[in-house]
Amino acid sequence: MIDESFITALFEKHSYLSKLESIDCLTVRCASENLISLLSSLRDDDGFELMVDLTAIDHGESESIRFSVVIHLYSLVHRGYLRIHANCSNNDNPTMPTCSEVYPAANWHERETFDMFGIKFIGHPNHKRILMWDDYPYFPLRKEFPLAGIDTPLPAADVSEVTDASVEPAPMMGGPFVASASGPMSDSEPRAKDESWTEQNEKTS
Amino acid sequence: MTTKEISIGDIGSRGSEAVSKLNGDKMALNVGPSHPTTHGVLRLIMELNGDLIDKCEPVLGYLHRGDEKIAENMTYNQFVPYTDRLDYLAPLANNVAYALTVEKLANLEVPARCQAIRVLVCEMARISSHLLGMGVFGMDAGAWTPFMYTFTEREKLYTLFEELTGARFTTSYTRIGGVARDIPDGWLGRVEKFVDELPKATSEVEKLLTRNRIFLDRTEGIGVISKEDALAYGLTGPNLRAAGVDLDLRKDKPYSGYEQYEFDVPIGTRGDCYDRYLVRLEEVTQSIRIIKQVIKDFPGGAWYAEDAKKIFAPPKDKVLTSMEELIQNFMIVTEGPQIPSGEVYFEAENPKGALGFYIVSKGGGVPYRMKIRAPSFCNLSILEKLAPGHFLSDITVILGSLDFVMGECDR
Repeated sequence: MIDESFITALFEKHSYLSKLESIDCLTVRCASENLISLLSSLRDDDGFELMVDLTAIDHGESESIRFSVVIHLYSLVHRGYLRIHANCSNNDNPTMPTCSEVYPAANWHERETFDMFGIKFIGHPNHKRILMWDDYPYFPLRKEFPLAGIDTPLPAADVSEVTDASVEPAPMMGGPFVASASGPMSDSEPRAKDESWTEQNEKTS
Repeated sequence: MTTKEISIGDIGSRGSEAVSKLNGDKMALNVGPSHPTTHGVLRLIMELNGDLIDKCEPVLGYLHRGDEKIAENMTYNQFVPYTDRLDYLAPLANNVAYALTVEKLANLEVPARCQAIRVLVCEMARISSHLLGMGVFGMDAGAWTPFMYTFTEREKLYTLFEELTGARFTTSYTRIGGVARDIPDGWLGRVEKFVDELPKATSEVEKLLTRNRIFLDRTEGIGVISKEDALAYGLTGPNLRAAGVDLDLRKDKPYSGYEQYEFDVPIGTRGDCYDRYLVRLEEVTQSIRIIKQVIKDFPGGAWYAEDAKKIFAPPKDKVLTSMEELIQNFMIVTEGPQIPSGEVYFEAENPKGALGFYIVSKGGGVPYRMKIRAPSFCNLSILEKLAPGHFLSDITVILGSLDFVMGECDR
């Protein structure tokens, strides 16, 4: 486990860090410009040799800070995790310096985060999509992207030219059939939320 | 008599010219996405210099289903079946890892019996996954027979899974706060019988592979991953341990009562394909050890968190006979288990490596954001560095030794 003396020393050494409340592991917030120096110091001096995860959160279009990158490190010395939150300052064109120089493991994680959220990682050696195809026009894990998907041209342009086929949204039948997290009881019943769209009536886009 | 002078230098230079001309022509080779070597739908775009790999670029995403997006749109229990489809060679271990994450967020302790059941199924899943991993690895290296032995044993495991969960493959066994049902009568005895007989089959595999000259030639010194590289690329599980790093979350961050059981963590020394095979082989033996200990002191009592009224849907027989449980069941099915707000990250030591879930909750029954940290995704990322310099024929062995699953990698 990460002990108190390490935490005190960490905040003394990196005065720009702020501690966040967390139920499971030490969580800090770091400004994006300090991220790389923080990571190098954590890897070289504090034994955080393993970057286990890098991802992002979309806080919603109306928030002042819309995207933040979340990094989880594991230390073999302390046998514990450290979580780093770094906010992306620009909501329309979010960017973050790449961590792949410090942790090669971040290479694919950053490609995935770009693929899903559209966060650009400055200086990334191979900055392109990883799960979706290269020409895919949307960022699927952004909150405004619908669960069913959006009508999109096929990855193979020559095929879609002849067949006129495209990637179609999933038939949701008025779903998703889940309760919403808040609101009155009547709203939170798992029923078809969009009743204009059923097996008989296709949704007009 | 005339003599003719032959300049050796000229011939030599012509020869080297021809070689350099050949070298100049690199060949692009596409493998997959559907190819026996790639164990699923991985695609490799390689640049070959003769028989040597100069560059290897994995292309992913052919099995991408958007699990993380789906998770944001359903209640916690509804997502359990989706976890089956991550590492589909060890669905039970995924179920357990997911349930443990949500329970950590809800700060919920499950009873000892539930923990023991979970440890038991996790280790059975590990055996099942490693049996397949070693079997197909042998097959990749040209040895067909071991696969037949390991698959026979996996078949027996599937029968046990079917008895426990009702499904052979997509088990969906855990619930938030417990498991779907208690273990059936006499099932533990059958598990014990299985693990008693298993060493016979693994020793057959060992006899066929471990000192097999061809297998050794194909795997020893091939695909060497150094300790530093393994850590830098975020490898976990047997692949990391084969590289000589002593990291096993069951020991280092014990969960679900793993601290009660005695077992050893096999560590490799060279980090080559052969070491990765040996580590998996030994892990099967250690899993058998754990299973025997679990069965020996199998705790009684409840197999779900009885006091978690807002989280665990009560057993079906109680729902149909008592009013309070009926209401509880209705609330949890409609609104989902009520989980407090906060963020949590949890990793479990799965057969393929550390399967992590990062969940951000804003309260209620639906996660706000869920990230799945798939071990196969991280383990594969080293391929770009590992493959160059090897022969094309080695790539099948390297891929087999990394033991990845595309369902988990692409999510």
